[in-house]
Amino acid sequence: MNEILKYTLMIVILLFTLTTIAAWLIWLERRMLALWQDRYGPNRAGPFGLFIVAADTIKLFFKEDWIPPFAEKAVFVFAPAIVAAAVLLSFVVVPFAPDILVADLDVGLLFFLAMSSLGVYSIVLGGWASNNKYSLLGALRGASQMISYEVFMGLSLMGVVMLSGSFRLTDIVMAQKDYWFVVTQPVAFVLFLTAGIAETHRLPFDIPEAESELVAGFHSEYSGMKFGMFFIGEYLGIILISAMVVTIFFGGWLGPFLPPIVWFTLKTFVFIIFFILLRASLPRPRYDQLMEYGWKIILPIALLNLLVTGGFTLLKA
Amino acid sequence: MEIAFYIAGTVAVVATLMVITRHNPVHALLYLNVSLMAHAMLFYLLGASFAALLEIIIYAGAIMVLFIFVVMLLNLGKETAEQERKWLKAKVWIGPSALSAILFAEFLALVLSSGQAAYSPAVVSPREVAISLFREYLIGVELAAMLLMAAVVGAAHIGRHKRLVLHRFLKEEVEKEEEKHEEMVL
Repeated sequence: MNEILKYTLMIVILLFTLTTIAAWLIWLERRMLALWQDRYGPNRAGPFGLFIVAADTIKLFFKEDWIPPFAEKAVFVFAPAIVAAAVLLSFVVVPFAPDILVADLDVGLLFFLAMSSLGVYSIVLGGWASNNKYSLLGALRGASQMISYEVFMGLSLMGVVMLSGSFRLTDIVMAQKDYWFVVTQPVAFVLFLTAGIAETHRLPFDIPEAESELVAGFHSEYSGMKFGMFFIGEYLGIILISAMVVTIFFGGWLGPFLPPIVWFTLKTFVFIIFFILLRASLPRPRYDQLMEYGWKIILPIALLNLLVTGGFTLLKA
Repeated sequence: MEIAFYIAGTVAVVATLMVITRHNPVHALLYLNVSLMAHAMLFYLLGASFAALLEIIIYAGAIMVLFIFVVMLLNLGKETAEQERKWLKAKVWIGPSALSAILFAEFLALVLSSGQAAYSPAVVSPREVAISLFREYLIGVELAAMLLMAAVVGAAHIGRHKRLVLHRFLKEEVEKEEEKHEEMVL
């Protein structure tokens, strides 16, 4: 009974913290973008403009929740929930600290990949159910982009699995006691980060919602809290990918002096800010360039990386 | 955990029935997805966690997305649903249902007469799966690799499109080159 209570409490705390952080990220992103573009950003409501998040949320709640008459109603309502649910489910296997973790699955890494592959449905169904040509184009782009980059994401992680000999995320963290995997698997790290940006369809890879050509892509027809779901799902995705990069390549909670959870949070925020910096500095590639880049450059490099890692592992054994 | 097994099994059966009876192709595919996830749950409860997650990654996460992708491209809308509704009349169901009912009765008789097998999950680690794949079933893996290679080559050939020519003077050169290429292939 005690065990159940402990895990239920952990899940509730985790859900609350994650959604809150995801909401504040919007403020963080706007402030950081402003800093890099030499302006102030939101600075009116509260200290440092921190209450802008409350204002945004209240506004979203009071917007008219409009379902277009030409939309496929059931799927239209259902689609935004998938992305938030899939991303939140992935956090089940993330080891925040040795004792702060919900489930230590022996196939944790695969669970993360499975949930991120289910996140595609949100875009595909949202775009299809909107019954709008811009949404449909966004959905088509999103589906092909995410399916392709999922492949490289999985392949780039297999080198780490070879070195640590396990899919369990705590084992992967413990295998980095002497040195981080970013030292032995630098290529895999770059590939995973690229694939991660494409998976969360963040700028510069936000091709499914490219607003200069597709209005707002797959969520053109969404308003109110349904749009909010897509929005919060995107920020949760950034937190998830940053947390996974830290767990897999940067030693997770390991670090001297400070308690584990502090190390984990610090490292994760470095990557979140890196994601925002990417948005501030890189232009968006064309859709066909993105696909070509994926299949003609990333795939061969990922396979080569696997081959070399396998060879070294065999030599050492 | 036996209860969880039966719940997942029921979900799988109901979802599969819904796949067959839906008129709208996208709704049918969504139910098929639910059915696949229920199957993954069954695998997991039986101890095959690796197979369970591969089922989700490959079937639910990739193949079904491509199915929906194609349905979206074909733009199967209300007309198709209408047509399906016409085809799927109660009369059509009688023959297949009667035949399946006979099979189901046989199956029930078999299950009830042979006694029930105990629910005994045996945990299979990913390592064991890998070892049996590359020792006992190596030939199967190699054959699948060959088949996939043939499929990839075929897809690349079908997907090869003509080079875009920006000026009519360049057109002849490209045609010559392509002829050369064809000769080389032959």
